[in-house]
Amino acid sequence: MFRNQYDTDVTTWSPAGRLFQVEYAMEAVKQGSAAIGLRSKTHVVLACVNKASSELSSHQKKIFKVDDHIGVAIAGLTADGRVLSRYMRNECINYSYTYESPLPVGRLVCTQRSWKRPYGVGLLIGGLDESGAHLYYNCPSGNYFEYQAFAIGSRSQAAKTYLERKFETFVDSSRENLIKDALFALRETLQGEKLTSSNCTIAVLGIGEAFSTLDQETVQRLINEFEVVGEDPPAEAAAAPDQSDGAEPGPAAAAADDDDQETPAADQGAAPMDI
Amino acid sequence: MNVADSAPAMNNLIGSDADSQRTLYPYVTGTSVVGIKYKDGILLAADMGDYLACHDSGSYGSTLRYKTVERMKSVGKHSIIGASGEISDFQEIMRYLDELILYDNMWDDGNSFGPKEVHNYLTRVMYNRRNKFNPLWNSLVLGGVKNGQKYLGTVNMIGVHYEDNHVATGFGNHLSRPILRDEWHENLTFEEGVKLLEKCMRVLLYRDRSAVNKLQIAKITEEGVTISQPYSLKTFWNFAAFQNPTVGAEGSW
Repeated sequence: MFRNQYDTDVTTWSPAGRLFQVEYAMEAVKQGSAAIGLRSKTHVVLACVNKASSELSSHQKKIFKVDDHIGVAIAGLTADGRVLSRYMRNECINYSYTYESPLPVGRLVCTQRSWKRPYGVGLLIGGLDESGAHLYYNCPSGNYFEYQAFAIGSRSQAAKTYLERKFETFVDSSRENLIKDALFALRETLQGEKLTSSNCTIAVLGIGEAFSTLDQETVQRLINEFEVVGEDPPAEAAAAPDQSDGAEPGPAAAAADDDDQETPAADQGAAPMDI
Repeated sequence: MNVADSAPAMNNLIGSDADSQRTLYPYVTGTSVVGIKYKDGILLAADMGDYLACHDSGSYGSTLRYKTVERMKSVGKHSIIGASGEISDFQEIMRYLDELILYDNMWDDGNSFGPKEVHNYLTRVMYNRRNKFNPLWNSLVLGGVKNGQKYLGTVNMIGVHYEDNHVATGFGNHLSRPILRDEWHENLTFEEGVKLLEKCMRVLLYRDRSAVNKLQIAKITEEGVTISQPYSLKTFWNFAAFQNPTVGAEGSW
């Protein structure tokens, strides 16, 4: 009701104890194209949808290497994402220079800064440290959470539903199966469009494996593999076999078409941000 | 802007005022530290004598002033450091390291600095101070064990740093390292390691005039750090040549 009075400034609280500017920034994340992260004990996989704005243009890079042992996938204002990636790369380099050792990823995620406006981008940060593989989600509010698997961006709810079904198998998953699960989850967000290596990007890092983005051939091969098998989820226990695109339940399906204009209110609810 | 403007500023840097702010020569110094890797971890040895430098600008010798100074300390859970050179600078270094470990612990996240990280941090500190012409007048040995990996390195006041299976500072480099090159091997037991270090320290005792016969051995393994109580080495001075030292050279002393 009074939303518009208290939402001009990031330094103004609403009477209900909310910072609307930050919440608006979180909306920007939901507008961006989907990004997904999953981890096992030893590996982290980041995947994202790459939509070029027109046939003539190339798509934006949404997955960045921050260091050999840390990678980040972004959703939202990609320009802000690039600024943050650069900052994180800087932090990693400085740490490496002083200590000759990789920066533990948990220490990277709790460094947020406040300028004139919150960053309009969500970060899925995958990294390794002494205690194994980690996946964190950093949101514009400055909060961060650790996840076994997560999805952000438009139509991410469909991917999250898939991940919620399968996440218990991820801990001990092999590298290959983890990547296949990421591709499956990604396909959920495409809502009927065909998943090909030209509309997605996959990146992997793990113990003994530096961060790298998989090349198109490899990705296409993996996609073909599971399409040929008849679209069953890879190996693993129970779970209803994943039927072909379109049968997936979830509120995101109601948003029909291709455009990224889903109704965030229906999807996520206008809930106060978790502190 | 011009050379003329900067000249007075330059003079202040090199002038006598600034000199009182920086270390020009060491005042209270400790001598060699020797360190070796052994089967279960690292062993360090250092004596406990600190000498006060001469009292004037000429050379008058020095005084054995402090005989209970501990020149080896533990750093966090995984490392130990041994220092030779200016003791007050070592105390300053310990303050830096204690602060470093404190902030590391405050993260409380399961990650901790190992000996490699501490060694590199120290290298940055030492080299930076040297570049400002205000060195920490020390030669340091840094050793430790983390996740089964043994680490032993050294860094000195000009920032020279390296790691090896055995390291030493000062005179130890000239007198002890040759012994270690011949007799060190992987899988020394604790007793063998201590015997080897004692052999090195004995030579230093005979030949380094700033060594004293009161030493400590520090041990670090995956389990933790132990620094022994001070003890003395047995020495032998009854060589025939020492009985009548001036017999071949009348008039000398």
